[in-house]
Amino acid sequence: MSTEEKYVAAVYLVVFVVLLAYVFIIALKLQRLQRELAELAELAVKQRDVERKAVAVG
Amino acid sequence: MAAALALTFFYAPVDEDGLNQKIFYIHVPIAFASYALFAWGGWKALRHLWKREEGADLESYVAIHLGVIFGVLTLVTGSIWAKYRWGHWWVWSEDQLVLFLVLFLFYCAYFMLRYSLAPGPQRANLSAVYALFGVVLVPISVLAIRLSERFIHPVAFDKGGPNMAASQFATFCVAVLAVLTLAATLYHLELAGKRLDERLRDLREALQ
Repeated sequence: MSTEEKYVAAVYLVVFVVLLAYVFIIALKLQRLQRELAELAELAVKQRDVERKAVAVG
Repeated sequence: MAAALALTFFYAPVDEDGLNQKIFYIHVPIAFASYALFAWGGWKALRHLWKREEGADLESYVAIHLGVIFGVLTLVTGSIWAKYRWGHWWVWSEDQLVLFLVLFLFYCAYFMLRYSLAPGPQRANLSAVYALFGVVLVPISVLAIRLSERFIHPVAFDKGGPNMAASQFATFCVAVLAVLTLAATLYHLELAGKRLDERLRDLREALQ
C-alpha cells in the first residue's frame, strides 16, 4: 500500500469509526430507554392492581 | 452511501492530483452537512424565539450536537488530507480553516452555556439566542475561500461553475446527497431518542 493510499484509507476509516461509535452510543441509549419503559409498565400494572384492591375493599 | 462510495472508487477518474483527490468526495460533503446542521439548528432556534414552537429548542440542540460531530469529522479528514498535500496537519494562515475552527469552537461553547443553566425556559431562550449568533458565521466560513487572497486550500467551485470533470461532479453530487441523507437520518434517530427520554421522564413523575 502506497503512502497516498494509506492517507485515503485513514480518512474513510476515521469517518466509518466515528459514525459507528455514534450509532453504538445511540443503540445503548435505546436499550436503556427500553429497560426504563419496561420498569414503568411494571410500575403502572402494580399501581392499577393496588387501585383495584382499594376499590374492592371500599 | 454505498452508491456514493462505489462511484467514488470505481467511477470517478483519478486526475492529475492523484488518488488523494478521493478524499474530496467525503471531506466536502461532511463539511456541507455540518453547515446544514448548524443552519438548521439556527432556524429551529429562531422558530423557538419567534413562534414559541413546541420542541424547537430540542430540535435546535440535536442539530447543533450532530453539526459538531460532523465538524470534528471535517477537521480530522481535512487535517489528514492537508498532511499529505501540504505536509502540515494545520495551516494557521488559511482563512477557510481558521474560520471553520472558529465556527466549530463557537458551537462547542454552546454546550457549555446550555449545561451551565438549569433546564427550563431560560436555558431554552439563551441557547436559542446563542445558536442564532453562530449562524452568522456559517456563510462567512463558506465564502471565506473566495474572500481570502491565499489559495492553498483548493477551489472546487468558482464563478464559471465546478472546476472538475462531469463524472467527478456527478460523483460529488451523489456523495453530498448521501451524506446529507445520513445526517438527516441520524438527526431524526437522535431526536426520537431524546423525545422518548423526555416522555418517559414525565411518565415516571406521573406514576411516582
